[in-house]
Amino acid sequence: MASTDLKENKASDDEQTGTAMSGAQMILKALTDLGVDTIFGYPGGAVLPIYDEIFKQDKIKHILVRHEQGAVHAAEGYARTTGKPGVVLVTSGPGATNAVTGLTDAMLDSIPLICITGQVARHLIGNDAFQEADTVGITRPCTKHNYLVKETEHVPDVIYEAFYVATNGRPGPVVIDMPKDVQIEKAEYKRSGHQEHRTYRPQVDGDDAALRKAARAIAAGVRPIIYSGGGIINAGPEASELLTEFAKMAGIPVTSTLMGLGGFPASDHQFLGMLGMHGTWEANHAMHDCDVMLAIGARFDDRVTGRIDAFSPGSTKIQVDIDLSSINKNVAVDIPIIADAASALRSLIKIWKEEKLSANQPPLVAWWDQIERWRMKNCLSYTDSDKMIMPQKALERLQHHIEGKQAIIATEVGQHQMWAAQFLKFDKPNHWLTSGGLGTMGYGLPAAIGAQIAFPDRLCIDVSGDASFQMNLQELGTISQYNLPVKIFIMNNEYMGMVRQWQDLSYDGRRSHSYSDSLPDFEKLAEAYGIKGMSVEDPAKLDETIKEMIEHDGPVLLDCRVAKIENCFPMVPAGAAHNEMLLAGDVIDKPKDDEALAVV
Amino acid sequence: MDGANMKEIGPIARHTISVIVDNEAGVLARVIGLFSGRGYNIESLTVSTVDTAHETSRITVVTSGTRMVIEQIKAQLDRLVPVHKVADLTIEGDYVSRDLALVKVAGVGEKRVEALRLAEAFRAQVVDASRDSFVFELTGAANKLDAFVDLMSELGLVEVARTGAVALARGSDAL
Repeated sequence: MASTDLKENKASDDEQTGTAMSGAQMILKALTDLGVDTIFGYPGGAVLPIYDEIFKQDKIKHILVRHEQGAVHAAEGYARTTGKPGVVLVTSGPGATNAVTGLTDAMLDSIPLICITGQVARHLIGNDAFQEADTVGITRPCTKHNYLVKETEHVPDVIYEAFYVATNGRPGPVVIDMPKDVQIEKAEYKRSGHQEHRTYRPQVDGDDAALRKAARAIAAGVRPIIYSGGGIINAGPEASELLTEFAKMAGIPVTSTLMGLGGFPASDHQFLGMLGMHGTWEANHAMHDCDVMLAIGARFDDRVTGRIDAFSPGSTKIQVDIDLSSINKNVAVDIPIIADAASALRSLIKIWKEEKLSANQPPLVAWWDQIERWRMKNCLSYTDSDKMIMPQKALERLQHHIEGKQAIIATEVGQHQMWAAQFLKFDKPNHWLTSGGLGTMGYGLPAAIGAQIAFPDRLCIDVSGDASFQMNLQELGTISQYNLPVKIFIMNNEYMGMVRQWQDLSYDGRRSHSYSDSLPDFEKLAEAYGIKGMSVEDPAKLDETIKEMIEHDGPVLLDCRVAKIENCFPMVPAGAAHNEMLLAGDVIDKPKDDEALAVV
Repeated sequence: MDGANMKEIGPIARHTISVIVDNEAGVLARVIGLFSGRGYNIESLTVSTVDTAHETSRITVVTSGTRMVIEQIKAQLDRLVPVHKVADLTIEGDYVSRDLALVKVAGVGEKRVEALRLAEAFRAQVVDASRDSFVFELTGAANKLDAFVDLMSELGLVEVARTGAVALARGSDAL
């Protein structure tokens, strides 16, 4: 009997000592022992034995989604808000292939997930059996690791190892493909004793010499900046506190990627807002003009750098990342540090104090003066209207009404997502759910469901668009079934707004298939699912409607009809450098050449 | 320091990389999928179990790219979960590298004699012989094998089977 290393469920351990269990029972036991409280899933033929075990127990709650993609995004929302891995259960074949978009999304945004997929019985594998797909083959490039379990006695060890792999190092999704006969076959429940993978040991602590060099470079900087990313969120809430402590100590401005929002308090004066394609004027200019850059948990994505040969020329670049392959991938780094963000920040703070680096630091007055001048550009300004609701205004008012409520915000993908990133303020990590790397429309609604399951009493809002919403609207059924008080805030402009914006800017306004024709009546759609539906079109009624949405005890869908043809600014246009931003009202040229046009 | 475009820096060089992996199902597919998915070159790739006691295999891959691309290839290989070690033999010191070829040559008379004579000069072994054909086994650097195959093409070359490179660092240390 193994499992002596487990703290939870000792009693159940003793009961089952030496007894034979089915593979399905082993799965439930291992998940329970690992502290899993929620599974997002959808049943089917190849997972019936597991569903039968779920039926017989009450320790793990199963949330029935309406589509497997929804299960994975919900698990992402759960993982992103709790810091624990999300768990998904789907059947073979179409169940697994429907999960692929969610897995890829989790891969690109480094979200820890365990996805158990059913598989046809071992003797049928390779026979084109009913609902058979080569799940390990299909998911190999979109998971951190995957397993096909061929021996029933391996089930517990594989599950423990999968949790270790998903949550250590750079987090990511792990698939465990379970043939149906393995779920049925009985064997002794044995653990080999080790929790981790045989050889996989990510480096957590950075090299001391490199960290010292980095601290001194930051202290010597005349125009230093911190560029923080999703790695801060993945490193846990402590990393955010350490980031804040370090930035305060050194008096340095901080900008954040889309994925890193909340890692540093947005209300802090040292925060410059998001950087990148729709980042703020001050953040992008400060990145371009800085002389020392500390990139931490961020990967110099093309949406951040703009034209890469013009990205922050002349700065000394320090990059802290847990993944070696993120370093020197797009941009040459001067001081690379392989480390967990929290560990590296702890060291930087220690070194800063030890070496009394504040004393050596040149005054940053001129740098902050320059930053204030950029800020005065007021780059997020827009022309308000009393005839229609401007999308920016809708989010400003939403921000006003959720102020201090610790709301969790999920988004879909497109203009509304960028406006949400610009206008909503996150002071704490784990409150912002968005699909950054893959840009998955349809992510937000299920992600908000996952967050609401994890935090039943918190205000969870899906800021959505009319087009994105339709990509996973079937999850209204899940919201209704579990009576989840999710608020769905659809910024309805009757367009795939970002596609329309690019067509207007780069394709002479030929709006090819970007109009959302035949939209449903969203209010009635919500009502069809037994959810309160609302709509607003009059700017004068915006505040009272938002207030009513938030105060309603239960799920609400608000169809917020916003201005149809509004572009999202600032914008770094295709093929431009990150300091060549367009602002509202600028005369906009078409991309200079085909090469620029290709940099989408 | 200048943050210039990484992809264009420096000349393209050929590197021989050794990778020690867990000998488990799908590990080769992971490595090959990484190269095809990220658009890296594979000039040759060999794989075999080398240590059954520890259940590991050794993959030798010859690839080419700029310094940045080679660095990325190594980092990407290293982050695959079943990969234990990645070593760039090309930059880590001297190493020996060998390919193996089986070369079938058919012919009679003067051409047959000439083929056999050249095979001796190249230290190829005759591993199969019939009255009108030979199969030669030849090991060596890739360019030596190329030269031999080239010569045989005029002497009745029928077909060739070749491995990619296998390579070890010189000296007493293991990877």
